[in-house]
Amino acid sequence: MLMLMKIKIAMLAGALAAPALATVLTPPTQVDPEGISRLAPASFSYRAAGDFSRSGKPVEGPLRRLGLPADLFVMKRQVTVAEYDRCVEEGACPRVGFQSGRRDVPIVGVSWHDASTYAAWISLKTGVTHRLPTDEEWTFAAAEKARDEALPVVDPADPAQAWIARYEAESNRSKPAETAPQPGGTFGTNSKGLDDLAGNIWEWTNTCFIRASLEGNREQVTNTNCGVRVVEGAHRAYMTDFVRDPKSGGCAAGVPPTNLGFRLIVERPGAAVADAFRKAVKLLRRA
Amino acid sequence: MLTRRTALMGAAIAALMMTAPAIAETADELNLPREKVTLVAPPAVHPHDQATKSGPKIVEFKLTIREKEVVIDSAGTKFWAMTYDGSMPGPMMVLHEGDYMELTLVNPETNSMPHNIDLHSATGGLGGGALTKVNPGEQVKLRWKATRPGVFVYHCAPEGMIPWHVVSGMHGTVMVLPRDGLKDGAGRSLHYDKIYYIGENDLYVPKDENGKYKTYETLGESYADTTEVMRKLIPTHVVFNGSVGSLTGKNAMTAKVGETVLIVHSQANRDTRPHLIGGHGDYVWETGKFNNPPEKDLETWFVRGGSAGAALYTFREPGIYAYVNHNLIEAVELGAAAHFKVEGKWNDDLMKQVTPPSPVPPDKVGAADPVAVTR
Repeated sequence: MLMLMKIKIAMLAGALAAPALATVLTPPTQVDPEGISRLAPASFSYRAAGDFSRSGKPVEGPLRRLGLPADLFVMKRQVTVAEYDRCVEEGACPRVGFQSGRRDVPIVGVSWHDASTYAAWISLKTGVTHRLPTDEEWTFAAAEKARDEALPVVDPADPAQAWIARYEAESNRSKPAETAPQPGGTFGTNSKGLDDLAGNIWEWTNTCFIRASLEGNREQVTNTNCGVRVVEGAHRAYMTDFVRDPKSGGCAAGVPPTNLGFRLIVERPGAAVADAFRKAVKLLRRA
Repeated sequence: MLTRRTALMGAAIAALMMTAPAIAETADELNLPREKVTLVAPPAVHPHDQATKSGPKIVEFKLTIREKEVVIDSAGTKFWAMTYDGSMPGPMMVLHEGDYMELTLVNPETNSMPHNIDLHSATGGLGGGALTKVNPGEQVKLRWKATRPGVFVYHCAPEGMIPWHVVSGMHGTVMVLPRDGLKDGAGRSLHYDKIYYIGENDLYVPKDENGKYKTYETLGESYADTTEVMRKLIPTHVVFNGSVGSLTGKNAMTAKVGETVLIVHSQANRDTRPHLIGGHGDYVWETGKFNNPPEKDLETWFVRGGSAGAALYTFREPGIYAYVNHNLIEAVELGAAAHFKVEGKWNDDLMKQVTPPSPVPPDKVGAADPVAVTR
């Protein structure tokens, strides 16, 4: 409860401080003592997630220049076992496995549903909207830790060459030396002051898997599957929303996400930051 | 706890009770040419002739037993293995029907247990098990005649703890080829450009009260807990070549379109059902014995626990093939999966994606709401 109150206070402080940070002269990041980082808007490069084609041929997702319309408030660290357990104890979140007994490490073994449930619960407890980031927001927050892994696209006219190249690229992914969740900060801090991005935990985003065709600069989404969400970490992956323990094996090659965890975006009370952001993204894409 | 000393004492008593026949120096009486083979670790197989015109010979092999802690999955789970020559399975040994195998089995002083070898391809003496028991610091030489062509399992068979030794990795395969090579059942010769040997191993790793895999200081200390898991008959891992993913990624097996591959699959303990996803078995000796005509065009073949099978396949399409135990729970959840990476030119006649994934037409069953999102 103490922690929750502190978040409230932190958010209030954040809200009060907002006007002062809205200029380009301010430092890009501020972290309040309770671990919500405030990221000032900046433009960033983003590879669209999903399967894309142009003139019927598979292509890489388009690379876009995006910008945030407003400050983004994001957890400095991933949600911990201790934090998640409070939600479990109140009967709101399901108890999940894969726990090492440590409480100061990030919770792992959570599905998108578990993460979303936690976000809804903490929003209710604090009166402040918490949610999973979009893939765009995660990429922005991850900054240099976000990896644009351009895997060869498998061409149905000759599936084998690109397929093998892709298999080899995936096989070359390095495995984290340590698979068990580690205390916050173990995997370093990025240029935006956030910890443990692209460590041994992949983070759920709210972005749904899409299939889209490209014509010039226009993109037509032909299928949206929100049963599969984008997870982000050392590489981007698409994960069925109820999966808690990612793995390869069988027909799949390469290194799957090691663990599934999450960190949340905090929306300032009364400010429709997310809506504004989404609108802005759409505008930017047309530009 | 089972210490090295108690294990040795048991072996000594067993040796006293069994009035072992004197092992005479018999090699020279045969007066046959000799060949010494250097073994290689699976999935590779040592160089050999597929058919031979020469007469029978004595083929010399040496297996060194190694007890060691190994890692069996990507989570770093540790496991005390017992091995022939350090690999799980042990190396494949190839000779021809009518040849003699002269096998030297070495149990180095650094090991803690007595071991032996039971070769399913050999006749008499418990497959050699009765004549090959060696304590740490001992070695033994066994000669047996290859009278039946086929692929056959060999494994350790020490009294009282056979299954533990076998599921801990002490198994491998002998291939006895017909002198005139493999045949298709109608008398036509079959050849392979490549051979791969896959040894499947069910593993039973004990867990602690929190569900975490336990580790042990010594092999002997793992015995009691492991046996308890084994008795429940539910493996924690089912792996090819010693660990989950050992034949995938950078270690995937390779072939080219047009190449013919002989895949030998052994399981010394438990039934399995190999399947090549995207391919077939052109000629399959499901029971592994070459005097029986091979079955043709199989999708999945059954390898009985305690036997080896052989499948011949010519790759016709490039790409990645998964080679699995088609109990898919064992393949995907427990680890029994390998990959072939096959280079070559794609053949549209065999397969073509006619229409890429696209929306179901609006007037058809299964169509999504007609909302085209453009952004």
